[in-house]
Amino acid sequence: MDHSGVSKMETILVLTHVDETGSALTKASLEAVTAGIELTRQLSASLTIGILGLNAEAAASVVAATGARLLAVSGDAFAQPRYATDAAGCEALCRATQASIVLAPGSSRFTRVAAGVAHRVGGFIDTHITALSGNDSVDATRWFYRQRIEAVVSRNARPWFLLLDAGTHTAYAGESGAATVEAVAVTLPATRTAVEGLRIPLLDAQTIRPDAKLLFVTGAGWTKKQPDGQIHVAEASSLILDFLRLTGASLGSSKSLADQKAEGEQSVLPFLTHMNQIGQTGSTPRHAKGLSTCCHGEEPHVVGWRFIGERRAISLDPNCGWTRGKADVVYIADAFQVIAKVNALLEARS
Amino acid sequence: MANALQIVVCAGIVPDPLQTLEPVTGPNGPGLKNEMVLPAVLDPWAACALYEAAQLVAKNPGSKLWLVSLGPKAKLQQVMMTVGQKSAFELVPIDGPIGGFPDAASTAAALAEAIAALPGLDRERLLLFGGWESATRGAGVTLQLVGERLGITEQFQGVDQITLGEDGSFEVLERVEGGKHQVSVCTATPAVLGWATGNLAEPRNNPQTGMANMRGIMPALAKAKHVDLAANGLSYVSVNLPKQQRETRVEKNMTADEIASELVAWITAE
Repeated sequence: MDHSGVSKMETILVLTHVDETGSALTKASLEAVTAGIELTRQLSASLTIGILGLNAEAAASVVAATGARLLAVSGDAFAQPRYATDAAGCEALCRATQASIVLAPGSSRFTRVAAGVAHRVGGFIDTHITALSGNDSVDATRWFYRQRIEAVVSRNARPWFLLLDAGTHTAYAGESGAATVEAVAVTLPATRTAVEGLRIPLLDAQTIRPDAKLLFVTGAGWTKKQPDGQIHVAEASSLILDFLRLTGASLGSSKSLADQKAEGEQSVLPFLTHMNQIGQTGSTPRHAKGLSTCCHGEEPHVVGWRFIGERRAISLDPNCGWTRGKADVVYIADAFQVIAKVNALLEARS
Repeated sequence: MANALQIVVCAGIVPDPLQTLEPVTGPNGPGLKNEMVLPAVLDPWAACALYEAAQLVAKNPGSKLWLVSLGPKAKLQQVMMTVGQKSAFELVPIDGPIGGFPDAASTAAALAEAIAALPGLDRERLLLFGGWESATRGAGVTLQLVGERLGITEQFQGVDQITLGEDGSFEVLERVEGGKHQVSVCTATPAVLGWATGNLAEPRNNPQTGMANMRGIMPALAKAKHVDLAANGLSYVSVNLPKQQRETRVEKNMTADEIASELVAWITAE
């Protein structure tokens, strides 16, 4: 592969993978396809799409209209995400294309293996890319220090792997058609890992909804003493769950609330886990709107809100962090009262 | 002794999350203003990995725990004064640049070299731990690259739980999309586990543990090897603080009914 730099014509590989059906591309993969098409046009490069999965060939029809060369790695070994097999499959796709730039979705499946694959083919990697720009060169935008500093980076070493954050490009939606797919053979490595499946929260407890329009963030104030001097955890729990049911929102939490444990090491709010955590040591989700309640809005929290469009907060503290340019609207009020009334209004409308 | 483990935790140091960060460009590229005087802490997700590792070592007699950390010696010493009180470990310091802007591949190479040179490490029994992402670069690639360099092809990222079996196998829960966990069973070490939050609270400081650790930490720091990190073709076009400052409307006098009506209209608007 070419390690010499950027002056020669780039060859772009978009690595994609199938969803749990085994034969359809994930939304994040289709977003990476869009990025690949745009970058190919910008650099006058050649485009190949590589598909990994149980029945990768079947997934190719949705990208047939791209006109890209299509490669597939298929088989039972790729039915489930696993480092050893996925890395071998992606490595085979990279070697088959000799790509100088490799784009891939920043899914859990590919974030697990992409750096290893880059290393195997002598390349380098940058992840969490939120934008690609430049004319003759490639400039990639990403965040450092947990979404507190934004940088534009470039590399003159190839191959260059770029993992794209979900939601940063529109999903490719060309017309499906018959696709000519080249199957790429993979020498499967020995592996000691068996994937047993997914552990999915009970339906009532499934509070993380990446596709929801609204993020509802709860802070430690929900479990603090209220004006009557008492703690009202059961009421808080009921209000939060009712709100989630009525709005379809995704639930986020401050670290301090997720850390709180009741007797028996169960969280005070049993439907909350560390996976709900938003901020410095949590996630940075993408939602159109976000509503914060009982959370003081200091920097460690707010870094997790970097990609939230419209932001509102309910807080009893008129000097909380949200009021200092971090939210669009801050209501100085008791979240217990307000959310109860919001729930009543939403219930009446449904 | 079936589960006598050899755990190496890779953990960097990061500015305390409450500090204000301001990027500056120096002769060696971007960095943070007053970076060397900013209070630092152990990288939060890597700290979770350390606490999980310490608990595994405590539960499995004959096990050993190393903490490998790359950073300026002075900052490492400062952070270890606190971290050393959390759990017993052998520090393997590498004297090098601080911050998130150096290239991850160079960082990984330095870490892998240090781990490969650890005296007494049985690599067949190795569990390589770290955070699944750092709070500096946040790329989530360093540990994976260290694993590749050490020839470890059983790797897990976003780990929240490991459960050891009697036969040396272990079950791992990894975070995947939508608040779910992928469950895998690995029949034996070696393996790489990039930890998310895990399930353990931060241990209380134990001054006795701190005193014992410091007896090894100070000589190790004195002998720490210096490394320079190659850029590997990485260059920075720009490094900036986000300019997004919102015009906040603060409503102090609305009733709960008025707020609820406004919120419902906002939530249900397309």
